[in-house]
Amino acid sequence: MQKIDSATGSEIRSHEWDGIQELNTPLPRWWLWTFLVTVVWSVAYWVVMPAWPMIGSYTKGVLNWSQRDNVSAELKLTAQARRPIANRLVAALPADIESDPQMLEFALASGRAVFKDNCAPCHGSGAQGFVGYPNLNDDDWLWGGSLGEIEQTIRYGVRNANDKSRFSEMPAFVKLGTLNRTQVADTVEFVLSLSGQAHSADAAGRGSVLFAEHCASCHGEGGQGDRTQGAPNLTDQIWLHGKSRIALTTVISNARNGSMPAWGERLSAADVRALAVYVHSLGGGEPEPGQ
Amino acid sequence: MTVASLTAAVQQDTASHGVETAAVEAVNAAHRRALFKKRGKIHPKRVNGAFRMTKWAMMALTLTIYYVTPWLRWDRGPGAPDQAVLIDFPGRRFYFFFIEIWPQEVYYITGLLILAAVALFLVTSLAGRMWCGYACPQTVWTDLFLVVERAIEGRRNDRIKLDRAPLSVEKVAKRTVKHAIWLLIGVATGGAWVFYFTDAPTLMGQLLTSSAPSEAYFFIALFTATTYTLGGHAREQVCTYMCPWPRIQAAMLDEESLAITYRFDRGEPRGPHKKGDTWDGRGDCIDCRQCVAACPMGIDIRDGLQLECIQCALCIDACNEVMAKVDRPRGLIAYDTDLNIARRQQGLPTRFRFIRPRTVAYALILALVSGVMLFALLKRSDLDVSVIRDRNPTFITLSDGHIRNGYTVKLLNKARSQRTISLTVDGLSGAALTAVGLPTADDGSLQVPVEGDDLRPVRVFITLPHELVVHDSMPLSIVARDEAAARPIKVQSVFLGPKP
Repeated sequence: MQKIDSATGSEIRSHEWDGIQELNTPLPRWWLWTFLVTVVWSVAYWVVMPAWPMIGSYTKGVLNWSQRDNVSAELKLTAQARRPIANRLVAALPADIESDPQMLEFALASGRAVFKDNCAPCHGSGAQGFVGYPNLNDDDWLWGGSLGEIEQTIRYGVRNANDKSRFSEMPAFVKLGTLNRTQVADTVEFVLSLSGQAHSADAAGRGSVLFAEHCASCHGEGGQGDRTQGAPNLTDQIWLHGKSRIALTTVISNARNGSMPAWGERLSAADVRALAVYVHSLGGGEPEPGQ
Repeated sequence: MTVASLTAAVQQDTASHGVETAAVEAVNAAHRRALFKKRGKIHPKRVNGAFRMTKWAMMALTLTIYYVTPWLRWDRGPGAPDQAVLIDFPGRRFYFFFIEIWPQEVYYITGLLILAAVALFLVTSLAGRMWCGYACPQTVWTDLFLVVERAIEGRRNDRIKLDRAPLSVEKVAKRTVKHAIWLLIGVATGGAWVFYFTDAPTLMGQLLTSSAPSEAYFFIALFTATTYTLGGHAREQVCTYMCPWPRIQAAMLDEESLAITYRFDRGEPRGPHKKGDTWDGRGDCIDCRQCVAACPMGIDIRDGLQLECIQCALCIDACNEVMAKVDRPRGLIAYDTDLNIARRQQGLPTRFRFIRPRTVAYALILALVSGVMLFALLKRSDLDVSVIRDRNPTFITLSDGHIRNGYTVKLLNKARSQRTISLTVDGLSGAALTAVGLPTADDGSLQVPVEGDDLRPVRVFITLPHELVVHDSMPLSIVARDEAAARPIKVQSVFLGPKP
């Protein structure tokens, strides 16, 4: 005997627990059918697509679909699409790159990406540098600021095992016993005077003699630096390791010889060139020599 | 009314002035309500009258707008599409006659939507669900599908008979023709839709030669399916169950808003009436249920204002036809308010107040938003300049101690021709402006050529001698001037430096 609930119009089931009865409210048909279809679908999915983890592997599915393969195929396609302009970039003369808008756009875009991936850990994401790591935005260059010079620095690096690496070494004057602490202090006063900082004139006078003897061969008579040796300009306002008395004392006493990998060993020629164009565009880029 | 009498849906009672009486019950009649209810098919009866005529006119108007708009042309000069209304996704433009909207100006669309919403509020507070009753695509297309249904399957009673009839050649033939025409309407609906998104004549040619892009076929198929389903099958369920507006509209209505109202002060007590009988001591409603039979929502307006009622006014026409036959005044069902019924019951005259705080407020908001939109549209420049300051690093010290800040200036040329924009710095004396790949002119400005209809980002540097850096944050403006000497555009920014 079917009993109907007056409020809902649904059938009341015959069972009863502690006076609580249950209404018969079956799932809507459309819902049930949709559910059954999804069950069938899932079984078909196991067969067709990668699904079950196994020990050390997984079921591949008859389609043999793989996201990893898709990505590498897409990467290959992208590289292929870029190859003509990348080849053109590598073949171009440095002086011609920035006057070709298409090539410049490509070089800047890929250079920016390569920079963030490889260079930002040391030079900063804005290429602003840190103490000991040069700021690439400014107009002061240790090894030259033309596109060709920047590219060579990137390709072969600085003070590394590569045969063509940029190389020079500042002596640790106190460690090696060349100068004593008083002599270093006098030299520091002279170096401070070069960039117009506050200094003791007496000590600087003594320091100038020491500077001419020990430092001028690399940093120049007037301290203006020498890019062929990566010797910093000491007369400007930009300091790789700091401009304070303490910072200068430390550098002269113990030396600071920073190093950079030879990126040509790790990156493609097109990437190295794109990097050079990007760094050159940051604001301090210089024209090619002879231009 | 019993269930048995309900099933005897075709019943005639000619005794009462020759008025047909429909044995039909409202789909939402109180005693039939349940938590879950199977849908009862509705067979709306065709009526004649002023509102039916208005609805035919509205149908003609809205369908004409929908189908004709993509074919209107508007000359924008060479290189630009000549379609008056075009949503160009690949080109990222929206064209509307003389207006051309770029993605950055999407706030115009927002403004239009606000206008549409407030206009809807105003109309609703004045006269109820005008939109639902006359202009909503769901209403218009359902009406259109009903025209087809009537043409193939006949009048209401014929349709009910056909529904009940066992399968026969005639039934199959009629159903096949009906669904085929419905599908054709669906194809035409989806077909018109895609024309809004690309050049209509070109796409028409491609469709005729089966060479259109696959997206076009996909969207035609999609809108064919939705039109066919919503207009042919779902019909009133869309309004009752799917649409949020019936729930929202209650907030716009007040007791003085016009609504389609059964004037129960005049109609009750209802009951059948024989010709020659007196009308004294009874109401004008002869309970012929023609209002229910005519209702596309299948409800009984005499139950009062209800969520399901789309206010299409067809019950007014149905009732007026009956009132003419029984020789009583028209307007037993009419646009009226419950407040007026109460006033008449108290012997007060009928009163309509259209100017109320609510309608005034909506009208003011409407005027305000329109004014702001119009102002923005008139002030719209065809050159857009934005300046993004470098934040990493915030500033650079150069070897001579000068301080340099970097900015990316984006120049958006909305004109169709190339022009040269002159950039200068204002408000920061001693500042030098340079850019990568662009020479600085003798007057210190940068001359930037920008292609027509294009965006050009330029990285510029502003350098200031360190002795002029008197504050760690100094305001400045970058000024863009068009060579055509239009109003210069000034963009505020700052120059950051070390704390002096």
